[in-house]
Amino acid sequence: MTQLPPPSAKKLGLVIDLDTCVGCHACVVSCKGWNTENYGAPLSDQNAYGADPSGTFLNRVHSYEVQPAQGEAQLIHFPKSCLHCEDAPCVTVCPTGASYKRSEDGIVLVNESDCIGCGLCAWACPYGARELDAKEGVMKKCTLCVDRIYNENLPEEDRQPACVRTCPAGARHFGDLGDAESDVSKLVAERGGFDLMPEQGTKPVNKYLPPRPKDVMPEFDVLAPYLEPIASDGKGFVGWLDKALSSLPGGAK
Amino acid sequence: MHPAASVIIFNTFSGLGFGLLFWLGLGALVPTGMGAFIWFTIAYLFAVGGLIASTFHLGHPERAIKAFSQWKTSWLSREGICAVFALVVMAIYGAGLVFAETRLALVGIIGGIASLGVVFTTSMIYAQMKTVPRWRHWTTPAMYLLLSIGGGALLSGQVWIATVLLSLGAALQIFAWLSGDTRFKASGTNMETATGLGHIGKVRAFEPPHTGTNYLMREFIHQVGRKHSEKLRIITIGLAFVLPVILLLLPFNHVLAALAVISHIAGVLTLRWLFFAQAEHVVGLYYGKR
Repeated sequence: MTQLPPPSAKKLGLVIDLDTCVGCHACVVSCKGWNTENYGAPLSDQNAYGADPSGTFLNRVHSYEVQPAQGEAQLIHFPKSCLHCEDAPCVTVCPTGASYKRSEDGIVLVNESDCIGCGLCAWACPYGARELDAKEGVMKKCTLCVDRIYNENLPEEDRQPACVRTCPAGARHFGDLGDAESDVSKLVAERGGFDLMPEQGTKPVNKYLPPRPKDVMPEFDVLAPYLEPIASDGKGFVGWLDKALSSLPGGAK
Repeated sequence: MHPAASVIIFNTFSGLGFGLLFWLGLGALVPTGMGAFIWFTIAYLFAVGGLIASTFHLGHPERAIKAFSQWKTSWLSREGICAVFALVVMAIYGAGLVFAETRLALVGIIGGIASLGVVFTTSMIYAQMKTVPRWRHWTTPAMYLLLSIGGGALLSGQVWIATVLLSLGAALQIFAWLSGDTRFKASGTNMETATGLGHIGKVRAFEPPHTGTNYLMREFIHQVGRKHSEKLRIITIGLAFVLPVILLLLPFNHVLAALAVISHIAGVLTLRWLFFAQAEHVVGLYYGKR
């Protein structure tokens, strides 16, 4: 049923640390690798080696430049996948019941054999978390690696989403955000984790940790003041040359 | 939003077809025998033809039957149920007129109202989208309903009603466009809320996640052609509303009436193209585009 279940006590999700992410895209590759050969239809590519390649991904890493009012601009790598929203608009719009939110752990999934590929859930998602696979004609999205996290055939350290397991920087954390005492919940509280587009009212489970403030380097080089440019306005011949060149069309002012 | 031909054709022709069924059901014109057969054939060709066109954009149209199940939450599901109900009821009403030359008034009224219900549920698919601020407004269902009954009145040759409804339609469409132009900004969703990085400073998309394109960009980011929107708005108002009204007010002639219908359809196709092409989805913000 596409009616949302009452909020579950257990809310599995990701915490993504924008301070630590180095933008290596390893999570993108491991996600595609795991999910193309496990849960549901494969993640197809079109024209993968051609001039106009395109394909289905469940996780993508954007990069943003943020310019503060004062100081240097910061470059922030920004991985984005399904946020497993508590008030998931993608679920309620589904006409067939293919899209659903699990009552036991809050994971949002697509039952692909019921999906008619109308694309309405992707329209309803503000985050771009859902992509219609061009080959299979069904909607694909992050499953939180539901086929790993409960999989007792895997060693215990592998029972977490592929993106989390592979992240070399430790920028991705997986856990129960419904439990205030869990490691991920404590991390969110400690670092001031936030929601994406809170005004859309989706109540995302996944949280993002903000980049830490940049350090300001103190002046430590005793010689630096002596290396400052000396002449701000030249005198004598140099001064005349400066004025003469500046007065030419296109000259520096 | 990507203006998909199948959905534009569906919205335009089904809207007209159900508009015509509305007037037939209400008894604004009561044809019988062969005349009724022709009127109902036109209405069903438009309404059903549009519905069939709409299935062309589905990934798995063979599973469409499953779409009738989620009427409790899904406007698309409600639309499907409403469409089947309206078409069945109007078929009974039409059969009475064609074969028995009898008007089953109550059946007609129920079918006529259900026909409008189809148009309303369709419009709510768009109006419910919080992710597309331009659509999320009362003008979306109002415009769908007004276009449907206005176009239906034009098709059924009701000069005065069509003149009034099309004039109102032009005014409401202009209001919907002008008020819609500022709605994305007013929604409060921007690159700063999308990334949550607004507390640091101004956010700019530096590098996209991939060198090529993807489903999201094809479906939700449509910038080509938007630059002509002012001209297309004028063309829409001219073809969909002004020209048909002028042709209706001239002394009646079948050629002029046919021209009025053709002009109206061309205008509504343009209007629907703009409805999608101008609608901006908030996901574009992640790509630094609209």
